Amino acid sequence: MRLLAAMSGGVDSAVAAARAVDAGHDVTGVHLALAENPKSFRTGARGCCTLEDARDARRAADVLGIPFYVWDLAARFREDVVDDFVAEYAAGRTPNPCLRCNEKIKFSAVLDRALALGFDAVVTGHHARLDDGVLRRSVDPAKDQSYVLAVLTRDQLAHAIFPLGVSTKAEVRAEAAARRLAVAEKPDSHDICFIADGDTAGFLRDRLGSAPGDLVDTDGAVIGSHDGTYGFTVGQRKGLRIGVPAADGNPRYVLSISPVDRTVTVGSREELEVDEVIAERAVWSGRPVDTSTEIACVVQVRAHGMVTPAHVMVDGDELRIRLAESQRGIAAGQAAVLYGGADDDTVIGSATITRTASADLVRRRDSTGIVRIA
Amino acid sequence: MHYLDHAATTPMLPEALEVMSAHLHDLGNPSSLHAAGRAARRTVEEAREQLGAAIGARPSEIIFTGGGTEADNLAIKGLYWSRRAADPRRVRVLASSVEHHAVLDAVAWLGAHQGAEIVWLPVDRLGRLDLDALEASIASDRGSVALVAVMWANNEVGTVQPIHDVVEIAARYGVPVHSDAVQAAVQLEVDFTASGLSTMAISGHKIGGPLGVGALLVGRDVLVEPIVHGGGQERDLRSGTLDAPAIAGFAVAAEIAVARREGQAKRLAGLRDDLIAGVIAAVPDAVLNGDPGPEPDRRLPANAHFAFPGCEGDALLMLLDANGVACSTGSACSAGVAQPSHVLLAMGLDPELSRSSLRFSLGHTSTDGDVAAAVEAIGPAVERARNARQAVEASRSR
Repeated sequence: MRLLAAMSGGVDSAVAAARAVDAGHDVTGVHLALAENPKSFRTGARGCCTLEDARDARRAADVLGIPFYVWDLAARFREDVVDDFVAEYAAGRTPNPCLRCNEKIKFSAVLDRALALGFDAVVTGHHARLDDGVLRRSVDPAKDQSYVLAVLTRDQLAHAIFPLGVSTKAEVRAEAAARRLAVAEKPDSHDICFIADGDTAGFLRDRLGSAPGDLVDTDGAVIGSHDGTYGFTVGQRKGLRIGVPAADGNPRYVLSISPVDRTVTVGSREELEVDEVIAERAVWSGRPVDTSTEIACVVQVRAHGMVTPAHVMVDGDELRIRLAESQRGIAAGQAAVLYGGADDDTVIGSATITRTASADLVRRRDSTGIVRIA
Repeated sequence: MHYLDHAATTPMLPEALEVMSAHLHDLGNPSSLHAAGRAARRTVEEAREQLGAAIGARPSEIIFTGGGTEADNLAIKGLYWSRRAADPRRVRVLASSVEHHAVLDAVAWLGAHQGAEIVWLPVDRLGRLDLDALEASIASDRGSVALVAVMWANNEVGTVQPIHDVVEIAARYGVPVHSDAVQAAVQLEVDFTASGLSTMAISGHKIGGPLGVGALLVGRDVLVEPIVHGGGQERDLRSGTLDAPAIAGFAVAAEIAVARREGQAKRLAGLRDDLIAGVIAAVPDAVLNGDPGPEPDRRLPANAHFAFPGCEGDALLMLLDANGVACSTGSACSAGVAQPSHVLLAMGLDPELSRSSLRFSLGHTSTDGDVAAAVEAIGPAVERARNARQAVEASRSR
């Protein structure tokens, strides 16, 4: 096959491209330039879009003996990932930009261009497996990236190749060293590549300005103030700057964020617990499911979160996901990814969380039981 | 491979390779006083005379540099500093808006860091300098002009500038002119003394000599401040141990290329015309950028530059590369991202059309077969690149 290998300049994508070459494919390497001003993104080895990364990707392609080009996707990245990131925070949600980049850039803009230019598929260094076109977790649970790929449709996955899902990160590093790829020892990237100093709140403040509001408890009493709701994520404990201590003396957490009235509601750890998740924009990429009846599965609601057994009902455009074990710190805007079960780590589908509910609150507060997050 | 990117670099002439290789065995620093040093110095000075004869310069007017970019930097900064030192009012730098980055960025740096006032002189739709704008700008405040910089021929679109008119106008006001002749040298008749230029940059590897060597020609009476300080090896204007083997190869290449110039230019112009006709036949809406010529005082004989509406130049380059046809999209930033060309923008092309452009440039090894391969590959490549562009647009609106 003619394959386009997306090469970030990191160790994973270099080894993925190498394996595609070894498998006998006709591979062309492409580095995606995502920063409109490369110097403004992370320097050193931490990001995915620096001059150093472009050079490292080029060197890896040289070592593999494959053609190499740089594709400029900076404008698309700004529109579809950075602007979306800011807009989501402004709306009180907590987006996952890596997921959005996979959905809109790597497996949309890049894949579509590659197919039109005569390539058959795109190879990336993601840690995930594909079994007969069905997405599945990596054998390395600590590095598994199926969560940020689960947003892809069957059609997108049909043109994706993830050569690394069968290996641990340690194996990938060892292989890079054996192949004399200079990136073998490069540190893993983390955080958000387009926020150079890691200061997400500062990044958002620069773009959204100051929008002061109240910090309230679950009874509606004002116990503090803030400069903008976008500085908060559900489940957050630090940096709340609460003037009045809680009656029980326990720490308080962000329960919900309401940008409309600029209110951030805080409460106890128990009040953070959620039994039901409502999600929309479902993508069913896995084994065929009967959406007319309850689906038993396990669900993951955060990129690095725990999984819990769950039952899912499809109600029009919405999924109602009942969690067998309550979870804390579930934020609107994150993805709920459904996996087959305790012994089945294939992805059934994915949807975007819009709000959560807690059975506890129903009892204690005698309310509707729905805590509106946004 | 069909190499149609000679304006980026062209293969060394076999004679230059032979001379340079032979001198790589030599021991001796041209600045040393012993026999080995004198032998190396002799190599350099014979080369200097040979190059001077080829390019119409006195040997003493030739300052060897590490390439064309260094030569341009030395001229722009060196002329600016010496002119301003002689009269502090001289802070204006007038440069065409289609200069190579070696001039463009040096001029911009003077503006950003040295108090220079920059005037970017406009060009017309064909990329040719507006002489009236030049004269008006000088005349508006003649005492404040430090220098004028206008390239002899454009590296991207091949448009030849009316350099003799530029010199004549500037001379009327006593203003020095620097010209980047890196592309013009050996394709056109270039005679430094006859040109009346104050300084002129040339490069080894663009004319069949080695990489890493160039020269700034500096008129006998022209004062230039150095930018590289050290041993003062080149007239105290440029320091650094002279690369005698490369300089020897450079001079041989210049001599041979100039001797063959007329025949070669005619041959390449013929190939270029075949290329233009073939490309337009394959892609009827392709647009030839720059002066259509075909006379060599209007367009470089070896240059063909097209816009392919509806395509991205980088996709075309990749598709042609995969078919063994090497060409260029123009300049790329340090990360490797293709940039919309400042030359095309200055000519009034919109950014989208400028991103759809490709340069094909011919040289001494070019053949009918190279042209035929490019013509054969371009049609399917354009069709595919257009589909890719549409696919990406469609994915944007999803």
